[in-house]
Amino acid sequence: MATLKELSNKEILVTPGHRACAGCGFPIIIKQALLAADNPVVVGCATGCMEVCTTIYPYTAWKVPFIHNAFENSAATVSGVEAAYQSLKRRGKIDKKIDFIAFGGDGGTYDIGFQSLSGAMERGHDMLYICYDNQAYMNTGIQRSSATPRGANTTTSPAGSESYGKKQYRKDLTEVMVAHGIPYVAQGSPAMWNDLVSKVNKGLAVEGPAFMAVIQPCVLGWKYPADQTIELAKLAVDTCFWPLYEIVDGEYKLTYRPKEKKPLVDFLRKQDRFRHLFKPENEHIIAELQAEVDRKWDALLAKCGEQA
Amino acid sequence: MSIRVAKTGNEAVAEGMRQINPDVVAAYPITPQTEIVQIFSSFVANGKVDTEFVTVESEHSAMSATVGASSAGARAMTATSANGLALMWEIVYIAASMRLPIVMPVVNRALSGPINIHCDHSDTMGARDAGWVQIFSENAQEAYDNLLQAVRIAEDKNVLLPVMVTMDGFIISHAMEVMHLLEDEKVRKWVGEYVPENPLLDVDNPVTVGPLDLYDWNMEHKRQQAEAMIQAKPVILEVAKDYAKLSGREYGLFEEYMLDDAEIAIVVLGSTAGTAKEVVKALRADGVKAGLLKVRVFRPFPAREIAAALGGKKAIAVMDRSDSFNAVSGPVFAEVRSAMYGVENAPKIVDYIYGIGGRDVTMDHIKSVYDDLAKIVKTGQVERALTYLGIRE
Repeated sequence: MATLKELSNKEILVTPGHRACAGCGFPIIIKQALLAADNPVVVGCATGCMEVCTTIYPYTAWKVPFIHNAFENSAATVSGVEAAYQSLKRRGKIDKKIDFIAFGGDGGTYDIGFQSLSGAMERGHDMLYICYDNQAYMNTGIQRSSATPRGANTTTSPAGSESYGKKQYRKDLTEVMVAHGIPYVAQGSPAMWNDLVSKVNKGLAVEGPAFMAVIQPCVLGWKYPADQTIELAKLAVDTCFWPLYEIVDGEYKLTYRPKEKKPLVDFLRKQDRFRHLFKPENEHIIAELQAEVDRKWDALLAKCGEQA
Repeated sequence: MSIRVAKTGNEAVAEGMRQINPDVVAAYPITPQTEIVQIFSSFVANGKVDTEFVTVESEHSAMSATVGASSAGARAMTATSANGLALMWEIVYIAASMRLPIVMPVVNRALSGPINIHCDHSDTMGARDAGWVQIFSENAQEAYDNLLQAVRIAEDKNVLLPVMVTMDGFIISHAMEVMHLLEDEKVRKWVGEYVPENPLLDVDNPVTVGPLDLYDWNMEHKRQQAEAMIQAKPVILEVAKDYAKLSGREYGLFEEYMLDDAEIAIVVLGSTAGTAKEVVKALRADGVKAGLLKVRVFRPFPAREIAAALGGKKAIAVMDRSDSFNAVSGPVFAEVRSAMYGVENAPKIVDYIYGIGGRDVTMDHIKSVYDDLAKIVKTGQVERALTYLGIRE
């Protein structure tokens, strides 16, 4: 694990001047992820905020080789890049060690890119897939995805007189990726830079595929003041809404345990996407959401061999 | 000396791929292309190639991975048919706009629905505006020859476009015929080493591939893409010339068969040309001045050259093995008739949609087309601009 001082001496491989919103979480995630790499990195990215904001021709924010192909195929595209690398290395045309990272938002990962991701992981490409999970289709204007939490108000799961927002619980993609039997799976948060950087480092170091889901607060979609991104990324962790853990060769390990598990309302109250839940008629939803967080947290503790 | 063998079209194309020994092949099985993937897999398994073979989970990922590999700097190939091509659709366009010299055999099959596994051209005709060079083959020999030439065409610095090499499903892909393979060493030398421009894997010179391209520059980039397709035409002819030196087999943008002095002629693509040539022979024996034009290169479309070849004929039938559902004609007819606009003494032109979903096309069917043309010449009247050949109505 590199120290903050060591990391601060490394070159930042994504430049300022990109077009992400003030307070956006994904540039922080990219910056931390690229700092974690020991080798040259080639990056792929799904269509979405990250691609749109960092690459408007003739400009690019990327100081590493970067490829965007389409929305649903970040994993398949990078699997092709990695296959080319294996081939050209075998044929003596490349001798450098190169790492590969595929990025995708939650829409491009949990939903439309799910098959492409599953295929690439099953085939065993030596790559790290990082989902920046902002919990809705933010680039098209906050539509619900299968990563959107229950109760969230989005433009396609709006709260209204007959609706408390999204009805379904979010898909637990991290567990789905664990079921792929790949060597490394983890959840991260940009609020915990040391945890995130060391996980990316491990994900790149393992031979074969690795997957990380990183929570990414979104100012516009979650509806909070732009200076609270890191605070929300921390609250997600401290409420155990977004636990930090990793699975190395099938072994679960909790990488951070909050000293005090905060109530979920602390996380919900700061975001206007959940504001309607605080109406009296919806309060039972908050209780249900808390119960679900508790259930999943306890199950995770058991898997990690931790005391409840 | 070339090697005389009996091969199916799929075997011939797989042999060609073995000889090319691409850096990466990413492919997914679909009838009638499946054998290509299977045979190539056995080449990988037995060390006949050292290609990185990516067994993707769908055609969408096949084209996506091929785009990734090609952008990375690899010589990359895939192969598909019909619904597989349709599933790739989005990325087929992206491959062309990224100017990636990918080569893809497409074994023509009717695009669903209703679901059908047999030959027509609805799959590749649907992709005619995707920005790929499209080369059609009459038989296994041509499929093999076109495949090898496709690599050189795609990678030419004045072109840098992906190339589709088609062959008719089952009729060519599964039928055994005698053909000639070139020696491995000869092919490898002729195809040459691929030298990519600005590959992703050149980590010391990072490039951003596939950026967002809005109204500032998008039109200029599409114009450059259009220019590449214009430039492809002379390159295709140069490559064909060079290939003739290697193989003794000559190719043009299209083939003219007894066309020179013909009064009536049909325009056709793919395996049906073989059947039609037999009909032309028989008609010629009876003193009928029949001829044939077989389109080999459909994209770029050789409009000017076709107009020159057909100008002065009395009546032309275009054979379309797919429908445009535009309530007018099939796609080949639209292109050919457009090419003939403004030609002095332009012939009468009619369209025949035939062979849909693998419907057999016999010599009698084609004879009936020439009979219709003869009647048009005699009466000066076109009774039907569009005929569904052999249809039960």
